[in-house]
Amino acid sequence: MNLVVVTAGLTQPSSTRLLADRLAEATARRIEEAGGAVEVRVIELRDLAGDIANTFVTGFAGARLRDVIDAATSADGLIAVTPIFTASYSGLFKSFFDVIGNDALVGKPVLIAATGGTARHSLALEHAMRPLFAYLRAIVTPTAVYAASEDWGGDGDATGVLSDRVARAAGELAGLLTRRHPAQNAPEAFEDVIPFEQQLAALRP
Amino acid sequence: MMQFGIFSVGDVTMDPTTGRTPTEHERIKAMVAIALKAEEVGLDVFATGEHHNPPFVPSSPTTMLGFIAARTERITLSTATTLITTNDPVKIAEDFAMLQHLADGRVDLMLGRGNTGPVYPWFGQDIRQGIPLAIENYALLHQLWREDVVDWKGRFRTPLQGFTSTPRPLDGVPPFVWHGSIRSPEIAEQAAYYGDGFFANNIFWPKEHFIRLITLYRRRYAHYGHGTPEQAIVGLGGQVFMRKNSQDAVREFRPYFDNAPVYGHGPSLEEFAEETPLTVGSPQQVIDRTLTFRESFGDYQRQLFLMDHAGLPLKTVLEQLDILGEEVVPVLRREFAAGRPAEVPGAPTHASLLTARPSEPAAG
Repeated sequence: MNLVVVTAGLTQPSSTRLLADRLAEATARRIEEAGGAVEVRVIELRDLAGDIANTFVTGFAGARLRDVIDAATSADGLIAVTPIFTASYSGLFKSFFDVIGNDALVGKPVLIAATGGTARHSLALEHAMRPLFAYLRAIVTPTAVYAASEDWGGDGDATGVLSDRVARAAGELAGLLTRRHPAQNAPEAFEDVIPFEQQLAALRP
Repeated sequence: MMQFGIFSVGDVTMDPTTGRTPTEHERIKAMVAIALKAEEVGLDVFATGEHHNPPFVPSSPTTMLGFIAARTERITLSTATTLITTNDPVKIAEDFAMLQHLADGRVDLMLGRGNTGPVYPWFGQDIRQGIPLAIENYALLHQLWREDVVDWKGRFRTPLQGFTSTPRPLDGVPPFVWHGSIRSPEIAEQAAYYGDGFFANNIFWPKEHFIRLITLYRRRYAHYGHGTPEQAIVGLGGQVFMRKNSQDAVREFRPYFDNAPVYGHGPSLEEFAEETPLTVGSPQQVIDRTLTFRESFGDYQRQLFLMDHAGLPLKTVLEQLDILGEEVVPVLRREFAAGRPAEVPGAPTHASLLTARPSEPAAG
């Protein structure tokens, strides 16, 4: 199955990418333990920043961005990771999900995660990220993973160390993925057009 | 015969190289000058947009087209697009039939839904009903042009009892209708159902999307028994800027591209030209690019170019039309005609529709 990781970290290397890699690796391992095979593709939104901005201006996605949107849309599962900026997901992260379309992620298992300088912003996952994916009608894992700077060292807190949370979320996503049918990659072929008589009939008073 | 022409959005835009913005009066007169030039250089079609908000001037297309009709002899006058959602279909039926008489049949029209949200409430409509409005209003328009006395009841308009739309279409042949769409398969289906034309305004989007839309239209055109998929009536947009040397074309057009209201301040000219039909270069490059449309979409009937937007001065637009008419279109006519299967029809005209009309029983 295909697992796509969307990460909106800006620095190279970024802690957002680091968290994304930990989550992807843990999820893949759980799937493989369950006897599945998994292919992971990581999408760095930083590399597409211009393409995403251009989409707002022109109204269509360029070839490179279309390829990435197709990958995310046809993936069996998604891991979405953003830095927290100004109390919410980054503008670049939101912009990507603005351009992929309201129906692109319907029913898709998604693991959400975020990074920040301090643990005080961790509820941005619940107050901003989760509603975004609820709106898109994705299936979001119960555990969302937040990594503050301090989480990359130390003994953790009452919720355990970061690796515990990564393992729990990865287990939840792997569970969703191994228990569901593989994604149907259905390009827009307009096969299901409503016959015109039916459209006319619907309007008859 | 395949038709070549131009379509104008009618935007009033500052020339970014001089900082000067034309007045509405100047822009309206410039549109007329452009239409007259189009006929002079041998183009087949001039089409105007319809808008109801600044910075656009053409709110009243049949007024403008009537004026142009009086000053031209051959060119077909059309629209791109006439708003089927917010105009009263009764008034469309009357206005275009009147224009058709005045222009001796040199009239067709392209219907569209419009993409400016507030226009719907300004005209008392609801944008969420866009597709149902397009379907119901066109069904009424279609009936008004084909039945002398109409009894009608629908959802969006007051009912009609014993109504006759006047004048009746010239020679009993309604103006040909194109349905324009950028993204909606429902409109391709509507065009196919009636056996009308389908115009894919492909100038702002990548071709893969339009291949799907046009393929759907062709397939459903055949489904409804109007002919083979290859015989469906397809129109396409295009957007070009030409100079003898392609470097000169790029240098001159770039500031207009970079500041264009629709796509400026986004991708580079080169990126946009890669993804869309925009071609900035020599006349030969425009010829080569336009000929590729047939490979993507099949043999088609009407090619319209957008030539006069983004603040380009009138003098430049007229020069562009000279190049288009003298160096590009004659070659395109020849090349598109070569290898075109005999069963693929040309673009419908009043004369061709009159000939194709089922003969009426002799009076007696």
